[in-house]
Amino acid sequence: MIKLPRTLIFGGILFFTFLIGALISFLWTPSDVEILNITSRFKLPSTVNWFGTDHFGRDIFSMIMVGARTSIAVAVVAVGIGILVGLPLGLWAASHHGHWVDDLIMRGNDLVFAFPSLIIAILITAVFGPSAFNAIIAIGIFNVPVFARISRGGALSIWTLDYILSARVAGKRTFRISVEHILPNIANLLIVQGTIQFSLGILAEAALSYVGLGVQPPTPSWGRMLADSQTMISFAPHLALFPGFAIILTVLGLNLMGDGLRDILDPRIRRARG
Amino acid sequence: MLHFAFTRLISLSLSLIAASVVIFSVIEIIPGDPASFMLGINAQPDTIAALREQLGLNGSLLSRYFSWVFGMLTGDFGISYTYRVPVSELILARVWISLPLAIYALVISTLIAFPVGLIAAANRGKPIDLAIMGTTQLGVAIPNFWFAMILVLIFSINLRWFSAGGFPGWDEGLLISIKSLTLPAIALALPQASILARIMRSSVLDTLDQDYIRTARAKGLNQRQAIWRHALKNAMIPVLTIIGMQFSFLMAGAIIIENVFFLPGLGRLIFQGITQRDLVVVESVVMLLVFAVITVTFIVDLTYAAVDPRLRRK
Repeated sequence: MIKLPRTLIFGGILFFTFLIGALISFLWTPSDVEILNITSRFKLPSTVNWFGTDHFGRDIFSMIMVGARTSIAVAVVAVGIGILVGLPLGLWAASHHGHWVDDLIMRGNDLVFAFPSLIIAILITAVFGPSAFNAIIAIGIFNVPVFARISRGGALSIWTLDYILSARVAGKRTFRISVEHILPNIANLLIVQGTIQFSLGILAEAALSYVGLGVQPPTPSWGRMLADSQTMISFAPHLALFPGFAIILTVLGLNLMGDGLRDILDPRIRRARG
Repeated sequence: MLHFAFTRLISLSLSLIAASVVIFSVIEIIPGDPASFMLGINAQPDTIAALREQLGLNGSLLSRYFSWVFGMLTGDFGISYTYRVPVSELILARVWISLPLAIYALVISTLIAFPVGLIAAANRGKPIDLAIMGTTQLGVAIPNFWFAMILVLIFSINLRWFSAGGFPGWDEGLLISIKSLTLPAIALALPQASILARIMRSSVLDTLDQDYIRTARAKGLNQRQAIWRHALKNAMIPVLTIIGMQFSFLMAGAIIIENVFFLPGLGRLIFQGITQRDLVVVESVVMLLVFAVITVTFIVDLTYAAVDPRLRRK
C-alpha cells in the first residue's frame, strides 16, 4: 500500500475543510449573509459570531463559508475550461507531431503565454462588465495553453512506445488511440497541474474581486470582503484578517496537495524517493 | 546566435501584432459602439456623433486599427476623453512611479531569495531547509494585496514608520519618494521572493548532483566551498531567467498594489480609465504594458541564449 505523503494529507485537510464549508453553506450558515444588522456591526470575534461581524453587521464566518463557494466555483470552472479546450488541442498536436497542425497549435499557445494574464483578465472584465461569469472566462482562457502544453508533452513521449505502435498496426485510428491509450496515461500529469491551476485560479479570482471586477455584491467573495475592509482596517482589522486567512489556507492546501500528488503520481519522483 | 535572435524577433513581432489585434478587438469591436459605451446610456445622439467624430470612429475598422498602431509607433496614443490631454503625457507622468516600483520590488525579491535559497540548498533536509521551504510555500499562497494591507496595518497605522499610501513626487526628495514606495515594493516582492528562493534552491541542488562537484569535493573542497566556487555560477543560469520573467509579473502585479497604496502609477491610470469608461486611455496603457512584458521576455530569451550555447542549437 502506498504511504501517503504528509504534504498531501495536510494539504487535503486544509482544502477539504473549505470545500465542505462551501457545500454546507448551500444548506445552512450560522446567519443569513444577505440580511443587514447595523446595530451589531463591527462586533469582535465571540461565541455568537466566531469571526465577528462586518460594517453591515453580517456574520463574517457565514460570509467566508459562502465566499468559499464563489472562489472554488470560479476556480473549478476556469480549470475545467482549460482542460476541456487545452487537452484536446494538446492531444491533437501530439498526434500530428512535426505537422503544421502541431506547429500552429503550439505557436498559438506561445502567443497566449506571452500575454500578461492579469492585465488581459482586467481588460476583459472591464469591457464585458464585472461578473462571476466574465471572471471565469478571463481566468479560464489562460489555463488553456497550460493544459495544451502539458498534455502534448506527456502524449509525445507515449506516442513513441511499442504498444502504441501495436495499436496502430491493429488498425486503431489516431483519435481512438489518443482517447483509449494516451489519455489514461497522462491523467496523472493533468491532476497535478489541475491542482496548481486551481490554486492560481483562487488567487486570480480574489484579485479580480478585490478590484471590483469579479463577483458582484451582495454575493460574498473573499476578494470583495478584503476590498471592503481596507478603509476600516485601522479600527476593525478582523474584517481583513479572516478572509485573508481563508484565501491563504485554501491556496496553501491546494499547493501542498499538488506537491503530495506529484510525489505519488510521478514515477520519476517515486523512484527517487523509494 | 544570429539565427536564434532572428527567429525570436519574428516571434516577438507576431506576439505584438496578435496582442494589438486582441486589444483592439476587445476595446473597439466587442462592446458595440465605443462612443456609446464611453458616454453611457443617457447620452444624446448628437453628443455620441461628436465623440465618434473626435475618436475617428467613422472610418473603417481596418483604417482605425492601422491609425491606432502607427500612432503608437510615433508616440501618439490619442487624447484622453476624460483628462483632455494626450495619453502619452499621462503615461510619461505615471511610468516614473510604476517602473521604479517594479525595479525596487525586483531588487528586494532578489536580495531575499538569493541567500535564503542558498542556505536551504546548503542545508538540504535539515530543519532550517524545511523551515525555509515551509515559509516560501506560505509566501506563494499569500495574495500580495492582502499582504500590502497587513503591512499598512503594522507599519503605517500601528508603528507609524511609513505613510499608508500616496506618492509625494520625485521633486520632494529621493529618500521620501523611495520611502513611500517601500511598503508597496515589499508587498509586491514577497510572493516573487518565495518563488525565486525555491528555484534558487532546486537549481543549486541540481548542480550539486553533477560529477564536477563530486570531483571538486574529492579534491578536498568542503560543501560551502564547492557551492561558492563551482555550483553557484552554473546554478545562476535558470535563476537569472526567472528574475527576468518576474519583472513582467511585477509590472502586471503593480496594477493591483498601486490601487492598495493609491499610487498614481500606470495601474491606477488603467482603473481610472475603466471607471470613467475612458477607452482611449485603457487601450493604450494596456498595449504599452503588454509591449513591456513581451519585450522583456524577448530580452531574457536572448540573454539566456547568449549565456547558454545549448539553447541556441535547439
